[in-house]
Amino acid sequence: MLFLCLGCVTLVILSLVSVAIGSRTIPLNEVFHAFSDPADSSVSAAAARLRVPRTILGILAGVALAVAGTLMQGMTRNPLADPSILGLNSGAAFAIVVSMAFFGLNTPKQFIWVALIGSAIAALAVWLLGSMGPSGATILKLTLAGAVVTAMLSSLTSAILLPRIQVISTYRFWQVGGLSGARFALMVPVLPMLIGGLTLALLTIPGINALAMGDELAEGLGSRVKFTRGVAWIAAVLLSAGTTSLAGPIGFVGLVVPHAARLLVGSDYRHILAASAVLGPILLLAADIIGRVLTRPSDVEVGIVTAIIGAPFFIILARGRMLRQV
Amino acid sequence: MKLPEIPTDPLNHGQQQSQSASLSAQKISVAYGTHLAVNGVDLDAHGGQIGAIIGANGCGKSTFLRALARLVKPQGGTVILNGHDIAKLPTKRVATQLGILPQSPIAPDGITVFDLVSRGRYPYHRFGSHWSRQDQDAVEHALEVTHMSDFADRSVDQLSGGQRQRAWIALTLAQDTDIVLLDEPTTYLDVAYQLEVLDLLADLNAIDGIIIIMVIHDINLAARYADWILAMKDGTCDTFGTPSEVITPDVIRRVFGMDVRIIQDPESKTPMIIADSRHALGPKREILEKEKL
Amino acid sequence: MNQTNDEKSVALRASFKRAVMVIVSLFILALVLLYIDIIFGDSLYSFTDVMDVIASRAPSGITFVIGELRLPRALTAFACGALFGMAGASFQRLLHNPLASPDIIGITEGANTAAVFGIVVLGISGLELSAFAIVGGLTTAIVVALLTFHHGFAPQRLVLVGIAIGAMLNAIGSWMLIRADQWDIQSASRWLTGSLADSDWTYVIITMITLAIGLIAVMPLSRQLDMLRLGDDVAAGLGVKVGLSRAAIVIIAVLMLSIATSAVGPIAFVSFLAGPIAVRLIHSGSSAIATSGLVGSCLVLGSDVIAQHATGTQFPVGVVTSVIGGPVLVVLMYFSMRKESQL
Repeated sequence: MLFLCLGCVTLVILSLVSVAIGSRTIPLNEVFHAFSDPADSSVSAAAARLRVPRTILGILAGVALAVAGTLMQGMTRNPLADPSILGLNSGAAFAIVVSMAFFGLNTPKQFIWVALIGSAIAALAVWLLGSMGPSGATILKLTLAGAVVTAMLSSLTSAILLPRIQVISTYRFWQVGGLSGARFALMVPVLPMLIGGLTLALLTIPGINALAMGDELAEGLGSRVKFTRGVAWIAAVLLSAGTTSLAGPIGFVGLVVPHAARLLVGSDYRHILAASAVLGPILLLAADIIGRVLTRPSDVEVGIVTAIIGAPFFIILARGRMLRQV
Repeated sequence: MKLPEIPTDPLNHGQQQSQSASLSAQKISVAYGTHLAVNGVDLDAHGGQIGAIIGANGCGKSTFLRALARLVKPQGGTVILNGHDIAKLPTKRVATQLGILPQSPIAPDGITVFDLVSRGRYPYHRFGSHWSRQDQDAVEHALEVTHMSDFADRSVDQLSGGQRQRAWIALTLAQDTDIVLLDEPTTYLDVAYQLEVLDLLADLNAIDGIIIIMVIHDINLAARYADWILAMKDGTCDTFGTPSEVITPDVIRRVFGMDVRIIQDPESKTPMIIADSRHALGPKREILEKEKL
Repeated sequence: MNQTNDEKSVALRASFKRAVMVIVSLFILALVLLYIDIIFGDSLYSFTDVMDVIASRAPSGITFVIGELRLPRALTAFACGALFGMAGASFQRLLHNPLASPDIIGITEGANTAAVFGIVVLGISGLELSAFAIVGGLTTAIVVALLTFHHGFAPQRLVLVGIAIGAMLNAIGSWMLIRADQWDIQSASRWLTGSLADSDWTYVIITMITLAIGLIAVMPLSRQLDMLRLGDDVAAGLGVKVGLSRAAIVIIAVLMLSIATSAVGPIAFVSFLAGPIAVRLIHSGSSAIATSGLVGSCLVLGSDVIAQHATGTQFPVGVVTSVIGGPVLVVLMYFSMRKESQL
């Protein structure tokens, strides 16, 4: 409990910092003033108001990705699972490029659905391929299936992009996960998706806890394994596709956060999920702030920062004791 | 028990040299990180005997065997193979004197038995050297003594567990060494196959005089087939000696932490353990039966 | 092979005969594709034209088209295909995993990201860019290998570490692309797709020399590779210097891969598919490195023929290999996942 409170306080502080810091740093009192007094039309106030959607998107994306990662790690019993590792992001990217190139779609609202379909199909393909064979979905097989599907989709994506310079220019901004394009108008249609995903996540938690002991034991304990896995999968896809359609592919948040949560609160997925939902936005906002400070006045997109933080973390896990028996 | 007929050794390998073949270990210690897996174990094997290394899980018996075969480098102590420090011998030369079959090896996909066994001839080849008459004979001999000749063209994936293990033993035999080390040659095998494999090893030892040292789980099988047994506990040698010296209630209690009675195996006249269990205790059973009534 | 083994080694002889047959047919197929790649185009040339050009008695127009455009292009395709195929197969055999090709375990990404950096940030092209890509591939391979080493070597760990490094490099690469201007983006995407359009004699010479060196180096090592596939312990027991052989194979494979990538870009999936196709053709337990090289050549040459002539527009060869290779890859993965002994 204490930890959750501390986490929430950190999150509030980070949100304020996120609003205050950027190419123009705004003192905190001016930030408060900008929101308490709607008539304040100074440049600082305008900048602060602009950064609010960005911050809120950061929080939403952080919660969604961390919860999606927790679900994926739980349902696959795979400590290396993450929406980007298991091919969801490349599925969304591929679907979006196809829709841009062949169906002339170009508004972010349309991308939401396209991204959802793309990542759902990719996630299904990775799971089906990775769980084939007598020993089921081992860590290595699932990770490899994700990597191969990603390699295939991204090379198809670039094959489609190559002769279409116009699409490339739109796509390359989308391809790197970033919060800078955040607008409330775009977030609203995605909200139901995220809320739906979170609700399903909460509903599956008891099942995921049972799954941690292995399929057979879980079934013996009366848990409906296939059903749990199906629902968890739908929840993870909703959460990560929703985020991806708004902020582009942001990797490794879903990988890192559940592990940190597990270190802090133990192995009960009820606690892990709660802790992840707090730690996720903390990590994402921190990464976004780092990205803004690092190369001022321009930004490093948050997806880059999380990849650079996340990949070494993945490697540490892969070298660690828990994966001796990959 | 009737021994299967074994074809005579056409090249007469083994026999004369093996009398002088020897493998000894002096104060071997192996550490993994900070954990000392093997701590100062001695061994002296010579004169065409079968040896068995027994012990509980994690006692370092496999590690010790790997150190004997120079698969791990010991932090302390030396392994002497036929009078030379094994660490200083070229690894290919070691491979012509000592063969090792690790625990449950995996064959590459689609490889035929003949192809697999012929890889045992690797230590006799340099780049560009031809497949010689001697190679051919050694492989055929290995296939024959392991009764695998009829399966030479089969793919290894199509074999049964016992046949597969015999194919791997054939690979080690094609290596034509006087000393063969095996790590749990009977794991994952059905009971009948376990006996089949061990009988084969015993025949090889009896006919070609090959020194055999194996790590083995089953205490009774160890007692039945081995000339000497090394019982290990926590990385050290607990007891070394003939089966009747090692297989005693005291040693088994120390090494495996269980109470046993020893009887004589009616088939081989070797010691045989009978484990105590609460279930087997007469009074307990009586009490239970009374309660039922 | 001499006659001593004519009695009972039916197995060995049959697989040897099959291997020879496969290699010869693949070689003929590669030659045919090479020939088609040279004679077809805006104007069709005959065999005598080609011979005339080689004997340098053809008119200057033909000499230019064949001698400076089509011949170097086809020869580069042949050499790079072989290099991709051999490098990919070496990795797959070494890591006991048909899915562990260099484009999955981060090495190709290393070369790519270095190339993008070269194009976008340094503004270099041609040979300089190639050198840069080679350094990128080599550095990544070293980093992956170093990070994998942890109480010994485990192939599975290398695959996982490589995937992570690849993901990180990809992110960095796309970040650089955002900041690039229009012109650089196009040349970068072209490079990333893999294209034979820039081939000239310099590349032919470089890649052919690499191919020759690679073949000479791989042939003696392929025996050790065959042994390593029995598992490290069995191989070591048979007298293979496991660490040394593995390091040598990795170094040669990475060099072959990086040099081919530096010449034509990462032509998608050739290094991935060549090895498994070769194994299915030869159908034996051998590593089939040289055969994989020939399969690679045929794949690149065939795809180039399709890319140039199958439709009205000309595509970079990488587009064809991705579109054809992608589905094949999924099928291949389907089979290797089901049959776990390979994983």
